[in-house]
Amino acid sequence: MKDVSFGQYYPTKSFVHNLDPRFKIVFLIAYIVAIFLAKNFYGLAACTGVLILIVLFSRVPLGKVLRSVRGVLFLVIFTAALNIFFHPGEEVYWNGPAVYLSYGIIHVTQAGIVFSLFLVLRLVLLVTCASMLTYTTTPVSLTDGIESLLTPLKWVRFPVHAMALIMSIALRFIPILMDETERIKNAQKARGADFERGGLFKKVRGFVPILVPLILSAFRRADELGDAMDARCYSSGKKRTKYKKLRFTWRDLIGFFVMAALIAGVVVMRIYLGAPL
Amino acid sequence: MRIVAEHLSYTYNAKSPFSATALRDVSLTIEEGEFFGIIGHTGSGKSTFVQHLNGLIRTPSSLKRKKKRKAGEQETTLTVGEYDLTNKKTNFRALRRHVGMVFQYPEYQLFAETVKADVAFGLKNFADKKLTEEEIDEAVRAALEVVGLDFEEIKDASPFELSGGQKRRVAIAGVIVTRPEVLILDEPAAGLDPLGKREVMELLHRLHKDWCKTVIIVSHDMDEISENCTRAAVFEEGQVRYVLPPAQLFEKSDELIEMGLDVPLTAKLVKLLRERGVEIACDFTTEGFLQAVLAYYRERKGAAQ
Repeated sequence: MKDVSFGQYYPTKSFVHNLDPRFKIVFLIAYIVAIFLAKNFYGLAACTGVLILIVLFSRVPLGKVLRSVRGVLFLVIFTAALNIFFHPGEEVYWNGPAVYLSYGIIHVTQAGIVFSLFLVLRLVLLVTCASMLTYTTTPVSLTDGIESLLTPLKWVRFPVHAMALIMSIALRFIPILMDETERIKNAQKARGADFERGGLFKKVRGFVPILVPLILSAFRRADELGDAMDARCYSSGKKRTKYKKLRFTWRDLIGFFVMAALIAGVVVMRIYLGAPL
Repeated sequence: MRIVAEHLSYTYNAKSPFSATALRDVSLTIEEGEFFGIIGHTGSGKSTFVQHLNGLIRTPSSLKRKKKRKAGEQETTLTVGEYDLTNKKTNFRALRRHVGMVFQYPEYQLFAETVKADVAFGLKNFADKKLTEEEIDEAVRAALEVVGLDFEEIKDASPFELSGGQKRRVAIAGVIVTRPEVLILDEPAAGLDPLGKREVMELLHRLHKDWCKTVIIVSHDMDEISENCTRAAVFEEGQVRYVLPPAQLFEKSDELIEMGLDVPLTAKLVKLLRERGVEIACDFTTEGFLQAVLAYYRERKGAAQ
């Protein structure tokens, strides 16, 4: 029971939490489109503004939001370094030489610095917005949303409902299996198992006493769940009702306007404001 | 090994939205040689407490303890024999050799291909040197025999082919094979039929008599506690409410029932008799109850004549 929390859902009540998951997924896609439509810093500034609004209205602590960037920190640094050192260009954005250093294929230019800043900002916005979705939406309602959005695929006989069911069962079982792992690990530790000592081979072999009972238990649980579902005559073919019906509300309408304004704004800025970049 | 815990507190997932306090300022001493019972609701902190006893859950580091002392809170102590569990440098593996732990449904931790290999797992882990095949055979044979299984018959069987009761006994053998001084069992009889329950309790008595000095059981079943334990602790919401011998503990039947706990059958009978004006005093074991009732009956008979 070391880590009951799983994924990164941050439980609280807020405007963003209450949005329809379908809308949030669509918004994320629109936001990504907006980021890539933005050709200059004005566009990205608009995206940043909207993201700040989302963070403010979601009541997720800023520290948590920033932590989501940590996962891609290496990618961010790598992208920045690549563009600072290898981007040739003659543009001048501030007082000083356009080219700081030019040696072989290495070029440190003003254009390169600006461009790498641009890319880094893009990446950070992308990752942060995506994790805002998972911070404010439980895995279960995320699955519901995906299922609902994929409904059109039913027309081509794609088993949308079964897929969604598999996904939500898998999600539901992750914390249970994590709990189980912890318990089995403790039981074997009590019998003197050591998961830290020894070389790689010994370490890998050390996991057998955890993996065997864990896999057995997963199969046992799967069997039991299947029986329980059969006993209640579950079938995915029939038209099913939902315990929690997804419903668009006035919040989603506001969100929709924000989304439309963002896209429109970015497109306008792309056309009428060329520089910088 | 004497177990001393003072001012022990523990919070799961501290500093997160999921934080849950499991123990609040628990102080408890368990003497060597006791058959100690721990009772409480689900979530009362009893499992968290016993997992502290072999270091599977650690007490806060000394740094945090210093802060605590400055804040004027009492300092935590937790010792098992000569092992100080509040010290990070304690050799926890050596401790675990002396404090055996049988988890709930221990049969789910079986993993090896043969019963012998599974029982020998802990033995090999704790051994200071490489054991010879004869030494392993001897220890495994003894452990299987004490749990009531025949070594020759069962050693090469797969643990997954056995019956439920047999699996559980193999799992218990896998813990006691290192001859721990303290044996902790979390709900040892859970999920067994009445016969299986009785066998497990008989096994625990056998173990307590000549295998492990101290036995600690966590249980929901009050009859198990009243019949077997020298003393029992009642946990409620992470705190210890009572630590008493069963004879005194179950005098507080009403308080226990108010806490949502059960009482042994004997305590229920004593209560019903009292309501009908029959005052008997007993230690709440079946035998003690019968003696008390018989004594009362003889007294009445003597008075009538």
